[in-house]
This record gives sequence, structure tokens and C-alpha cells, in this order.
Amino acid sequence: MGTTQILIAGFGGQGVLFAGKFLAYMGLMEDKQVSWLPSYGPEMRGGTANCSVIISDESIGSPIVSAPDILIAMNLPSLDKYESSVASGGMIFIDGTLISRGIERNDVKMHNIDATKLASQNGYSGLSNMIIMGKVIKECPALGNAYVEAALSKVVSERHRNLYDSNLAAVTLGYNI
Amino acid sequence: MTDKVLMKGNEAIAEAAIQAGCRFYFGYPITPQTEIAAYMAKRMPKISGTFLQAESEIAAINMVYGVASAGKRVMTSSSSPGISLKSEGISYIAGCDLPALIVNVQRGGPGLGGIQPSQSDYFQATRGGGHGDYHVIALAPASVQEMADLTFKGFDLADIYRTPVMILADGTMGQMMEPVKMKDYTPPDINKDWAVTGTKMMREHNIINSLCLDPESLEISNFKRYEKYKTICEKEAMCEEYLTNDADIVIAAFGIAARVSKNAVNEARANGLKVGMIRPITLWPFPKDAFERAAEKAKAFISVELSMGQMIEDVSLAVRCRKPVYLCNRAGGMIPSPEQVLAKINEIANMSNSK
Repeated sequence: MGTTQILIAGFGGQGVLFAGKFLAYMGLMEDKQVSWLPSYGPEMRGGTANCSVIISDESIGSPIVSAPDILIAMNLPSLDKYESSVASGGMIFIDGTLISRGIERNDVKMHNIDATKLASQNGYSGLSNMIIMGKVIKECPALGNAYVEAALSKVVSERHRNLYDSNLAAVTLGYNI
Repeated sequence: MTDKVLMKGNEAIAEAAIQAGCRFYFGYPITPQTEIAAYMAKRMPKISGTFLQAESEIAAINMVYGVASAGKRVMTSSSSPGISLKSEGISYIAGCDLPALIVNVQRGGPGLGGIQPSQSDYFQATRGGGHGDYHVIALAPASVQEMADLTFKGFDLADIYRTPVMILADGTMGQMMEPVKMKDYTPPDINKDWAVTGTKMMREHNIINSLCLDPESLEISNFKRYEKYKTICEKEAMCEEYLTNDADIVIAAFGIAARVSKNAVNEARANGLKVGMIRPITLWPFPKDAFERAAEKAKAFISVELSMGQMIEDVSLAVRCRKPVYLCNRAGGMIPSPEQVLAKINEIANMSNSK
């Protein structure tokens, strides 16, 4: 499969870094090379946040994703900023609750997930990120889906064990849209 | 499935330090290395270690000085402006021939600068940094795995040579997560009979002191220290060579710059250009031999750096100005892209073709 470059972007607090870590662990468990690089600094305290995830069969050179195969835009500023950077033939996943416009590119495929609304309707408030992850896994077979649970149990910390079930349910919900 | 875990580079350093037997950490928070302190704050109390957030960087390095004098493995970490503050203490530690590990997760400067990744403390790390004739061994990790591996190595080198060792990383290396596996580690068997541990009335006092008002004696101690540095230069220089055997153009890059450059080298190779890379792992001692060897065949060198061009001076010295050395750089917290490096490679390749 080669290399999949993923960029996840949104507001601080939307779980951008967490979602990226989840995907990176999925790759790790498939015995692939992975890297995860967050934006750090003021944006961690609110404002925009993003992270670069690379999952590859080969050793990874630069961990910086500048032309993602997969862009996950969780708010409008992120879509505005990164839409043009997506590699031709790539995919853009957007949270349709928070982003009212479609995409301008016609050489990439868009998946519009009503994630924030689905999350609040189903009692998974704050898990719109994981609903989108479910859809990402469904649409990107290259990422594999064998280790969803194992990866989740790595990223949900011991202290927040009680949130494991709702995270898994959110991923499943997104997968089955 | 794998037994590897994902760790941030900063966390990998902290965990490796603990596994290397370091039980004393003194620091003062600064982005982008704060995870090292946070990790130590969490772990040290559970293993009867000491984590102490000092009132300043200057206090922290002097606490390191104290523990090092007592012969225990000890470390501190900071980022660029904080390392400048620690430089006085590092000079004292070097002047007393004490082992200690200092981590610099660099950010853009000068001054307070920014918080994004940089390599602009290269001069400071490789020329000593503080006052007086001294060096620190400067190690440059280019992956999270190496952040861990070079931490083990750093403590060993510090003990073996009784010298401060610096890990010179950058914001990217500190913040990124990659798979990492801690090695099975046994520390080298070293007798620290010089340490101040209390005589119990059984031996002469050990004295740790960098003050020496007699110039003849001070000269002798400097000469002696430089004998040690000579051995370090002969034995400890490390680098990774990537596709250098037949290379016409050789890139020199360390840390994140090497990661970015690797993409460009692969791309250039795919386009039929003979390009390779030398990645110094020790910045001091600088791996001169690899560059000298490469200079026999290569037509040109490119130093790729997150600075205004600092390592380029060592590259030029190592190839003794026999071949041109070009700079490809960003500064102030910006990172060169693989495309920028590739463009430079193409530019140089076209230049030498048209000659």
C-alpha cells in the first residue's frame, strides 16, 4: 500500500490530537511504520490545532504532512486552510454540522459526516472526532480495521477507562453511517 | 502485533533516563520540552527519585552540579534560552570534569525567540557554549527511538569520560510520537572514586572545584582535559551514511533536517541523480572522516539546516574546502520542505552539468 499521509485539523478541544494518536496506534498494531506530529504551543490552549499522521510500509522520512492523502477538517477554518493542499485523488472528511460549504476541488473525494449532531443525538457529546474516525476507517481500507479495539485501549488512558465504551460506540456509529 | 509503544520524543528521553539509572532531575519548564519535566514529576517520586522544579534554570543546573559531584547520574533539560542560562553551570561542570546529561530541545532564536523547532544552537552546543576551553559531547537524535538510545549512550559517555553530554534535539523531535522500544540496558562498570560522598574517616578528602588561581596548574588541567577530548574525537564520532557510495552530491543534515532531506534524496535518486546523505549523530566530535571520504568522489555538498548556516562551517572544514558546500536552510522556527531540498539538489546538479 505504500504510504498514507493524514492531516487532522480543527479547534483545540475537538480531540484532533487524540484521533491522530488512535490512527497511529492502528498502524503500529498492523506492524507498520508510523509517525504523529502535533502542532504545539498556543493552539493547544484553544484556537486551531492540527496533527500530521503518517502510516507507511517503509521507514518514514519527514514526519511533516504537507500534501495529505486524507484531510479531516473538523471546522471551516481548517477546510479553508488545507483544502488546496490535499494530494490529487485524496479524500476530505468534513464535519457537516460545523461546515456548511462543500469542497471546491473536483479531483478529490469528499465525505460529509454530520458528526457533531450525531454525537449529541446519540449521547456521545465530545466524540464527533471518533464518529469521523469510524467513517475514515470504513472509506480507507489501507488503514485496516483489525485493531480498532486494541488501538482504542492504548489511547484511552487508564484514568479515563470509563470512556472506552463510548469511544468504541462512536467509532462504530461512524463506521456504519 | 508489536510490543512497541508510541511515545513523544520528550517522553522517550525521560523514560530512557530513568531506565539508565538517573534518579535526579532538576529543571524549569519551557516549551517545547516540558513533557520531560512532566514525565519526571510523575515517575520520580514512585521510584524514590528526585524531581525538583527549581526557581530558575541557573538554580537547576547548579543542583545538577551538586549531584554530579556526589557521583550520581543526573540530568536537566531545557530549550534554547534556558540553555543559555545554564551555560555558566555547564562550564563549571566541565571545569570539574563531572558527568551530567543536559538536554536541549531547541526552539527558534535568538533572544526569547519563538517556540517552533530550530537548530540554531549548533554553535553553542559544539563549541562549548559557556566560557573557557571546554567541549560537551553533543548528540543529535533523528527519531524518537534515537531520543531514547542516545539518552542511554549519553549517560554512559558522560561517566566514561567524566564530561557533560548534551542531547541536541529540536521541537519536532521532542513533540512527535513514533514507535519506541527501550533497550535492555546494563550500565558500564565505572568506579567513581573521585566523588564527594563523605570520607567516613577512611580516606583523603575528594575535592571538586573549578577555581584554580595558579595559572601553571590551570594550564595543566586544561592540557589534560584536551588529551581526553582527543580520545573522544578518535573514538566516539558517529554518523549514518545513506547512499553515499556513488554520490555526486552529498547532503549533510542532522535531526529533523535529516528526516526531511531523506525524502529529497529518495526523490532525487528516483529521478536518476546520484545523491546521498551523511547524518552526523555526534555533532561534537564531528564525524570528519565520513566527509573526507565522501569528498574524494562527491562534486558538491549541501548542508541542510534549521538555522542561518552553522554546521556548514564544520562540513567545509571536514572537506577542507576541496569541494563546494552549499546551504539549504530555513530559520526562526521554520522547517525546510523536501521540495526545497530537492530544488537545491537540482540546482547544484544542473550547475555541475553545465561546467
